Amino acid sequence: MSTDVTPEAPGAEGRPLASRRGTTPGRFGNRLFAGLSTASGILILVTLAAVAIFLVREALPAITASPAAYADFTRDLNLGQYIGPLVFGTVLAALIALVIAVPLSIGIALFIAHYAPKRLSGPVAYVVDLLAAIPSVVYGLWGFFWLVPKIGPIMDWISQKLGFIPIFADYAPPAKNVTSAAIVLAVMILPIITAVSREVFLQTPRLHIEASLALGATRWEVARQAILPFGRSGVISASMLGLGRALGETMAVLMILAPFARGTEVYSIKILASAEHQTIAANIAQQIREAHGMGVSVLIASGLALFAITLVVNMAARWIVARRAAFSGAN
Amino acid sequence: MRPAHTTRGMFDVKKSIRRGMITTLAASTALVLAACGGGVTADESPSGSTSDGGTESSTGDTEAPEAGSLSGNLPGAGASSQGKAQEGWIAGFGDLEQGVTVTYDGVGSGGGREQFLSSGVLFAGSDSALKEDELASATDRCFGGEAVELPLYISPIAVIYNLPDTGVDNIQLDAATLAQIFRGEITTWDDAAIADQNPDATLPSTAITVVNRSDDSGTTENFTEYLFEASEGTWTDEASDAWPLPSQQSGDGTSGMVTTVSAAEGAIGYADASQAGDLGTVALQVGEEYVPFSPEAAAAAVDASPLSDDATEKRITYQLDRTTTEAGVYPLVLISYLIGCDTYDDASDAANVKAYFDYIASEDGQSRANEAAGVAPISDDLRTQVEAAIEMISAS
Repeated sequence: MSTDVTPEAPGAEGRPLASRRGTTPGRFGNRLFAGLSTASGILILVTLAAVAIFLVREALPAITASPAAYADFTRDLNLGQYIGPLVFGTVLAALIALVIAVPLSIGIALFIAHYAPKRLSGPVAYVVDLLAAIPSVVYGLWGFFWLVPKIGPIMDWISQKLGFIPIFADYAPPAKNVTSAAIVLAVMILPIITAVSREVFLQTPRLHIEASLALGATRWEVARQAILPFGRSGVISASMLGLGRALGETMAVLMILAPFARGTEVYSIKILASAEHQTIAANIAQQIREAHGMGVSVLIASGLALFAITLVVNMAARWIVARRAAFSGAN
Repeated sequence: MRPAHTTRGMFDVKKSIRRGMITTLAASTALVLAACGGGVTADESPSGSTSDGGTESSTGDTEAPEAGSLSGNLPGAGASSQGKAQEGWIAGFGDLEQGVTVTYDGVGSGGGREQFLSSGVLFAGSDSALKEDELASATDRCFGGEAVELPLYISPIAVIYNLPDTGVDNIQLDAATLAQIFRGEITTWDDAAIADQNPDATLPSTAITVVNRSDDSGTTENFTEYLFEASEGTWTDEASDAWPLPSQQSGDGTSGMVTTVSAAEGAIGYADASQAGDLGTVALQVGEEYVPFSPEAAAAAVDASPLSDDATEKRITYQLDRTTTEAGVYPLVLISYLIGCDTYDDASDAANVKAYFDYIASEDGQSRANEAAGVAPISDDLRTQVEAAIEMISAS
């Protein structure tokens, strides 16, 4: 009666099987694994709490001290002035990365799930997943030695022609700016967003697609009417996962982005200018080398800010998914 | 019933993705940690082979009479600028004294001095001499004695530029012009101020991209000190280990600086001279002539400079004279000190520090640092003073 092809078998069969074998060893095994998995679950919570406590405890000296105590390190900035531009840079880089990666990912996911012939979709999906396995230092190296020289002339051209618009002003070679870093971040988060979106698109009820086709819709109209509305919440949560990774990415940003000099921090929208932005994670990795005493505490306070941002992003993702679940059209 | 299925399917996928992500993150974290661990360790394997009063060591070709008879740990920490040289010294010293395990952790000058004063390490490396309050706490740390500071790492800093086909070996600049360039007041290479000093060079109209170090660095501190003192008021910011002006372009670490300058035609920056590679280097005006960097000219800069006011025969600290007019001197140098105590409570600690410092000051040690890090070997005059200071290290 339904042509639906849900992969899982109905889940009712497992239980009687287990109770038929309900001898003592089985019960012991059940209890053992229940205990183990509960313990693992609690361990995760404890770890998270420990990280949070550590961050707060180590950051507290900087938060409670007067700005004079760490003026040497921050070049006379107070904590807000020091961390603010870093937060701005972090969010800006991640957002540019999302703007690039999300449309691309949706395209790739649609292609794999609905357009590509079966023979092609498998290998393409596999290759996209492989991108996730490349370590970030390698992305950093690739970004600096390949992407930056290649993209420099393009940015130079844009900056010369459109430099009267503030966001494109003041390009300076080499292209160690926030846009280059964001492009590399986009490549890094692409596989996560693609994989999740793809799986969600594959879950689109066959009935919806067929109904749409029966009304004479083209493939693009099917995607727009049936697949995308159904997968919207999935794509959003996928993007948030990607955003989480982009926010915390350290090594690739450190290797590509030329940050502002300490004490001359700015909120800048010039996305093609070098030395105008820095992200929290890259800043910590860079400054911790020579930092000591109060400087370390200030850096950890910035880490606390990053922790808070990622927490908020994840909670927002969950909230959106929960809110959208009712309208996902999966009925 | 169906929605439940689909949702679960989706979350399963997400979970597996997240797991993959965590693995990737863990891997990259490990790499970062490996990359950040600046510590270097001597070969520890033969520590058991030479116990006190044991048999003669096979490598007996040194001037130290009791070669190979020492043992114990000799931890040090400090300036990352010394890192490469320390690696060389540790390897060389390891051949002489196989029983001593020397370690050097490149945590930065400030961190090194802090660890030394809190007795965490036995010696420190620092790009600047001990400050007044640190000297006071050094008395406690040194069991009533005083600190020993030795200028054993002298390294020329090159002003590097990326400009092909200038037709000259070095572009010649005086400090004031250099300051104007780095302040962004001179923006093209064919500016009259540059052209006047380089009549033989073909200078393009390429825009100048000023590159600074984005991390804290003794190189930046010495470079800004040179500009501040030698530019006759053109450079107004005092010496600082972080770049004091809004930057135009920056690089992380010496390698980041060099690759950034290499990547952009028209870029100018500053780096440890040994890392300059194929890039052009500026000859600085000293007196009436222009001097390109060389180890000899750098060592001469130290000899031409007066000792600092509070220097003693144990604390050989210099007030580098950046404005010298003496011939053949390259005033843009970085001095990094080795800091120890004149008194240790443990006889073997005292002997180990003494032997290690002795090795570093020796011709052998200095030439090894020259190979490893392009350090300018100290002059014989300075060596005599340093050796006299090392001689005063003893156990209480």
